[in-house]
Amino acid sequence: MAQATDTLPHDDHHDQPDTGIKRWLFATNHKDIGTMYLVFSLIMFFVGGAMAMVIRAELFKPGLQLVDPMFFNQMTTLHALVMIFGAVMPAFVGLANWMIPLQIGAPDMALPRMNNFSFWILPFAFTLLLSTLLVPGGAPAGGWTLYPPLVLQGGDYFPMVIFAIHLMGISSIMGAINVIVTIMNMRAPGMDLLRMPLFCWSWLITAYLLIAVMPVLAGAVTMLLTDHFFKTSFFNAAGGGDPVMFEHIFWFFGHPEVYIMILPAFGIISEILPTFSRKPLFGAVSMVYATASIAFLSFIVWGHHMFVDGMPLAAQMFFMMSTMLIAVPTGVKVFNWTATMWRGSLSFEPPMLFAIAFLFMFSIGGFSGVMLALVPADFQYQNTYFVVAHFHYVLVPGAIFAIMAAVYYWLPKWTGHMYNLTLAKTHFWLSTIFVNVLFFPQHFLGLAGMPRRVPDYAVQFSDWNMVSSIGAFGFGLSQVLFAIVVIQCIRGGQKASSVVWGDALPTGLEWTLSSPPPYHSFITAPEIK
Amino acid sequence: MAQAHATEADKYYIPHGSPWPIYGSVTLFTLMLGAIATLNNWLPAWSLLPGFVMLALLFVFWFNTVIGENQHGIYNLAVDRSFRLGMMWFIFSEVMFFAAFFGALFYARELAVPWLGGEGVKIFSKLLLWKHYDGAWPTNGPGHVGPRADGSFETVPALGLPAINTAILLSSSITVTIAHHALITGHRTRLKIFLAATFLLGFTFVALQAMEYHEAYTELGLQLGTGIYGSTFFMLTGFHGMHVTVGAIMLTVIWFRVLNGHFTPQRHFGFEAVSWYWHFVDVVWLGLFIFVYWL
Repeated sequence: MAQATDTLPHDDHHDQPDTGIKRWLFATNHKDIGTMYLVFSLIMFFVGGAMAMVIRAELFKPGLQLVDPMFFNQMTTLHALVMIFGAVMPAFVGLANWMIPLQIGAPDMALPRMNNFSFWILPFAFTLLLSTLLVPGGAPAGGWTLYPPLVLQGGDYFPMVIFAIHLMGISSIMGAINVIVTIMNMRAPGMDLLRMPLFCWSWLITAYLLIAVMPVLAGAVTMLLTDHFFKTSFFNAAGGGDPVMFEHIFWFFGHPEVYIMILPAFGIISEILPTFSRKPLFGAVSMVYATASIAFLSFIVWGHHMFVDGMPLAAQMFFMMSTMLIAVPTGVKVFNWTATMWRGSLSFEPPMLFAIAFLFMFSIGGFSGVMLALVPADFQYQNTYFVVAHFHYVLVPGAIFAIMAAVYYWLPKWTGHMYNLTLAKTHFWLSTIFVNVLFFPQHFLGLAGMPRRVPDYAVQFSDWNMVSSIGAFGFGLSQVLFAIVVIQCIRGGQKASSVVWGDALPTGLEWTLSSPPPYHSFITAPEIK
Repeated sequence: MAQAHATEADKYYIPHGSPWPIYGSVTLFTLMLGAIATLNNWLPAWSLLPGFVMLALLFVFWFNTVIGENQHGIYNLAVDRSFRLGMMWFIFSEVMFFAAFFGALFYARELAVPWLGGEGVKIFSKLLLWKHYDGAWPTNGPGHVGPRADGSFETVPALGLPAINTAILLSSSITVTIAHHALITGHRTRLKIFLAATFLLGFTFVALQAMEYHEAYTELGLQLGTGIYGSTFFMLTGFHGMHVTVGAIMLTVIWFRVLNGHFTPQRHFGFEAVSWYWHFVDVVWLGLFIFVYWL
């Protein structure tokens, strides 16, 4: 031991970050890496958002005005890939990086070098993905699901998209392994699994999902690659393969992926609602079991994405039933959140506002999901704007509102400053109003029969499309406020106390540390009472 | 690492500023740019070379750092546990990667091919599309996709080379376990012999597999492009063969570490990680032997 300290730099005693660019390039600190994840996610949120603005501008009125249909399709495809893999998932990993060591009383993430690796793959992956816009033939335009045979007819973008997805998968798997190892191995003594904060629980379960399904996506896109370049026949009926097989493999990944994007959000809401209701979470243990059930069920519902593919009736019935079953554990969660607020002493700080909005609007998305689960109804709804409205309600006022709630909840803890509450509340109200103006009319459009992924539409859809586009521009502009609030808060502001939220008295180990917390969170494990 | 070093041992080692991860990201990016340039015919195949060289160096640099830190004893038991958990979940991710290809095989055999042959409600695909196709396995599809002009191909019989390869891999699993026991009981010579036997068996497997591929390509008309049978056959056995190659290289590295006196009967995570990986490729092979070659 003595020899070790002589010959190796005694790194673990450094309390100060490196200066300059080295701090970020060579980062091993969970807070630095978490910050990079969150900043990257915010940038991608605006990149993907800009693409959404192009889409909604083109759909503002019928006819082709701004972009040609090919470019429109590239925008819908890239918007999805950027938002899913670039904005939502990295934001949750960034929050995990920041909060899991703080919440379980650990000095850092368990595997700090791998943590850096999983972050720094992402900028390269998205460089690859976005540079497809510059190659001959343009970016992928067949939808983010990359269905063959359409995607196999692509030009030079094709291998770029495949490898970008491989890189994102490698990054996600390493991030997920790090989360599981950290939670299983780095908890402070006395932090039993069932005493662990709900955010960590939801991330633990999410990480299992990630490790189980990201390799399957890698396998699926590898088969696309070999079908395109190496003469395999996985998705070619003449050779005995089946294009529908891709859909099965893809959605075996794709449906758990949906829960990867919402389970951490559940964890965040389960942290915030009790704080600002000044009551403990109602049914905390049942929340854990509900999350685990949702995760399990997510593996056996993938067929509901492909009801019109001509699968056997028995399979349709099975996937319909199993999908509707998910409403049970989800209902448990919504009930528990409501019961947490029941007769609580509520206050409406920005994180609480976003959490309550999540509860309402995520439920709307959940209900339309149950409608889509019904096979005969789905035959009507499939490939219409109803589907678009459904998953945007789950992902925007669901996942993204939860991310914003989390940022507003923990930002003073991270920076040591309180942000501009008035501006944040303005951001909340503008976002909430506009997100409904944006997405609610899409339910009507879909039920009236407007197909998705079209740059032009029949004139009877004009009014609601215009409303929806106005909502989109309003929502997009409101997000500039979010960036302003965050940047202002990083640069300075009123000093935040260690508890931040005053009389709300949030529970959890992160609030026992100063704001901002020391560079290495818990060098010695805290005592859990 | 018991009470004597309590203060040092309690400290979880957090490396401070490491250049290898970002170098690794640049490596992966370079590798993929090379692959893209090659596949799109932007550049000849040498454009893959920089990526592979950087990748080889990445492993040397990064593992060198970690092995050095480990030999200096700055990893306590908690760090060791993190490595173990990390390796276990990495292997689980590999299992799921193979599951995608096994899933493709089962789906094609049990559903897609019989449907193409007109089974059940899919009768119209027989009546209207593929009148003369019976959907029997092994198949290269109703279009008889493959290298031969007449569309025929032969399969590799299970009781030839594949059975020998099964015996080889199963024996190598036994030898690596004997080596592990030798390590725990402190018999270093036995450890060296049986570890060497393990990676030699591994490389033998790869060589025999290469022979089998050569025969399939030149004599059986069985290629990657031989319809769904060739696709599933070569993707499954090919990815498995790559894993065996990587595993055998890992075993060789571990063997050199043993020669250099690394590993103690109590602490030998590197050895165990490689042996877990080896057992994993062994189990995958059993699945391949049963479902790809035999049934």
